[in-house]
Amino acid sequence: MSLQEKINYDKTFDCVQCGYCLPACPTYETMERETHSPRGRINLVKLVAENKASIEDLREPIEKCLGCMACTTVCPTNVQYGQILEGAKEVIEDQRSEAGERSRIEDFLFESFFPSGKWMHTLGNLTWFYQRSGLQAVANRLSLTQAAPLHLEKFERVIPAQPSPKMRAKRANHYQPEIPATATVAFFTGCVMDGMFFETNQHTIELLVRCGLEVILPEEQTCCGALHAHAGKIDDSRNLAKRNIEAFEESEAAYIINNAGGCGARLIEYHHLFEEGSDWYERAKRFVSKVKDISQILIEVEELEFTKPINRTVTYQPSCHMTNVQGVKTPPLELIKKIPGITLKELDRPDFCCGSAGIYNIINYEDSMEILDVKMKDVCGTDPESIITTNPGCLLQMKLGIEREGATDTMDAVHLVDLLLEAGPCVK
Amino acid sequence: MSDWMMELKSNIPEQRILTELADRYSYSFDASFGEHLPEVVVQAKSKEEVVQIVRIANRYKVPVYPRGQGTCLSGGPLPVHGGIVLDLSQWPEKIDLNVEDLTVNVSPSVLTANINKEAEKHGLMYAPDPSSAHVATIGGNLGENSGGPRGLKYGVTKDHVLGLELVTPEGEIIRTGGQTIKNVTGYDLTKLIVGSEGTLGVITEATLKLMPKPRAEQTVTISFDEVRTAGLAISQVLTSGILPSKMEIMDQACIRAVESFQPAGLPVDAEAIVIIELDGHSQTLEIETDLVREIMNEIGAKDILIPKTKEEANQIWQSRKQVSPAIAKIKPTKVSEDATVPRSKIPDMMDRLNEIREKYNVELVVFGHAGDGNLHPNILCDQRDKEEMRRVEQAVEAIFEAAIDLGGTLSGEHGIGTMKAPFMENELGAVGVEMMKRIKDSWDPNHIMNPGKIFAEKGQKLVLTDD
Repeated sequence: MSLQEKINYDKTFDCVQCGYCLPACPTYETMERETHSPRGRINLVKLVAENKASIEDLREPIEKCLGCMACTTVCPTNVQYGQILEGAKEVIEDQRSEAGERSRIEDFLFESFFPSGKWMHTLGNLTWFYQRSGLQAVANRLSLTQAAPLHLEKFERVIPAQPSPKMRAKRANHYQPEIPATATVAFFTGCVMDGMFFETNQHTIELLVRCGLEVILPEEQTCCGALHAHAGKIDDSRNLAKRNIEAFEESEAAYIINNAGGCGARLIEYHHLFEEGSDWYERAKRFVSKVKDISQILIEVEELEFTKPINRTVTYQPSCHMTNVQGVKTPPLELIKKIPGITLKELDRPDFCCGSAGIYNIINYEDSMEILDVKMKDVCGTDPESIITTNPGCLLQMKLGIEREGATDTMDAVHLVDLLLEAGPCVK
Repeated sequence: MSDWMMELKSNIPEQRILTELADRYSYSFDASFGEHLPEVVVQAKSKEEVVQIVRIANRYKVPVYPRGQGTCLSGGPLPVHGGIVLDLSQWPEKIDLNVEDLTVNVSPSVLTANINKEAEKHGLMYAPDPSSAHVATIGGNLGENSGGPRGLKYGVTKDHVLGLELVTPEGEIIRTGGQTIKNVTGYDLTKLIVGSEGTLGVITEATLKLMPKPRAEQTVTISFDEVRTAGLAISQVLTSGILPSKMEIMDQACIRAVESFQPAGLPVDAEAIVIIELDGHSQTLEIETDLVREIMNEIGAKDILIPKTKEEANQIWQSRKQVSPAIAKIKPTKVSEDATVPRSKIPDMMDRLNEIREKYNVELVVFGHAGDGNLHPNILCDQRDKEEMRRVEQAVEAIFEAAIDLGGTLSGEHGIGTMKAPFMENELGAVGVEMMKRIKDSWDPNHIMNPGKIFAEKGQKLVLTDD
């Protein structure tokens, strides 16, 4: 494949440089230059294809893009920014590996951290051990974690308490509702969700079961591959997609449910990874047609009512990938509004990314914190007791934001699913 | 490093002096044609910094190109002769309302829509409403004297500027006009500067006029089987004693383009639609809406649609806003014109545009602010097709010729910039252009402020391809 093809040169012509994306772009706002705007990045991709700029010139602007896709929602010419971004990342990654450069962080993350549920479980167990054993307290006191690379200590502080390994091991692969099942759905557990927010996953299964759905957790499922694609590792991402397609085909479920905005966004774009018309493309299309966020299915089946009032003021931070890629906007809001006693105060700029963006906040920590500070200003304006969100990355980032604001005593961040379960959902 | 660059670096914080190739390329374009690489991009955040930059540039005779958000459709901010792009978009936003005076003082970086948003909190409005108001800066609007749909009733940017603060090309700060509606003290430099496309200095602050916000609005969409009838209908309404706040026209190609991008329920089988917005007191609106309906029925309109809710009306106006970018789906390269004719000549202009479309075999679509004669004929083409681009160049020339023939003008609201410069003499005559040049020479003796704009260089022709 030529460089021009790989970098989607043709697609760059869809951009008429009208600039309508500028006010929607978080990095243009915080980094204050056109180079870090969608229009600027697309232009640079075009210039690389035309040999006027080098791949090296492109690297920083592309790596500093959150990939939140807010630009695609406001773009009047429907520029395929997601594909342009991924193409650019792949070209950058190719050059990096040709030059023999390996990034230690990414090696760790991609070769041992994300690829399999097993690893994430191990991580979950380790985190649990770390917290339970008192090691965390000791480490905090001695500032041992300060020495950790990549500001990981900041993240460790906001990782929720982990269930014991026994609890994890106890989880079944198949759940039946008490009432006769109306349909069978498969649950995509996601690796970060399962590793760090195991309980939220359990709550998700519980909600589905209470709706009268039979829930299957295909054993062979793996990482969705979103983070791999974001890092330009398209081949890896494609392999993971294949494994998931196979795993879920076997389950024969009516829907494939997930509770992570970022994973869901990847899952519904699986067909982009394969050549149109190929067998894998068709299989991917079938897979994609079944993918739904938990909030969508709860609104669709309309089986639950919430019986326990929650007298709390909350705000909602939508996941960018859920809004801009999946196009799921209203179901979470509708669900929150169904809870008796709750006061929902919406953000002034809900569509402004929180800065988590996959592992952006680990790799580009400082840039991410600048974006988070903008977000937290908006959040604090609504003076909520809880920030509700629908994606593990956003959830951790919001927890981090609350820490940064010194508001841990008055504010918490909660996954929508946990909030819903707290509200006593019962079949109507 | 050149001496002027060294001086810039000792006067402006380093993180706002951009010299990397990726950064420079990111300021090499706007929403029109052409790509010109500047030597440096400097981001000014105060008038003192602008003074420093302009003085250095003037001393070393380095060109300076003021720039807002780069949404210009005529090449205003393009650094055609290299030098310094002066990015004013990062200047802290200041919107100081004086509600009792019905005025507002703004910094150049303020997004135009935000001025109106602030004004509305006090029952006021800032009338000019270019389609890009939510992206474009007021500085850019002032430089280009931008219009917008509401221009029909309320006028364009220049009609709402009471005073300016300007850094002259020699680096002096002047104030023009003031805070009052009436002001005849000396030459009206305010109006000279507005629309001078950044060739006479850098605007660092503006005092704008606000108006009471109309109590209510009523949108009416009318579809036609013939474009010419739509043109006639517009004149009919305007001579019936009604002055709508907006009167927009879209031809079929535009309707289809926006409908396929973001369906708003526009009639895709109509040859043209006219969207009217009436504003004022709700009782007046009822009477005027009936009158419009009568006129349209009489003239043989195909259909009249009156949105029932505010949301429906907003959706129609939202789709009108999307036309300009959405038509680019037809073909990737968009040559956007804004030739304007006396309003009675709209039907004739429509005929001429039809002839041009056929003669040069180009994808020509038309939309625009028909109520004030300001049409936007757009040609959709592909920059990579050299033969097609030659035909487009000829068609554009023919559009200019038609507008001037009908007693109109080259540009209603986008500005002359680079593309239309070669045609200035056709409209203004040699002496007319010469008088303008003399003004420019005395304001900017070293020709550092946005060179290459408005005035054609010797032998300059309309060229739409890169080589």
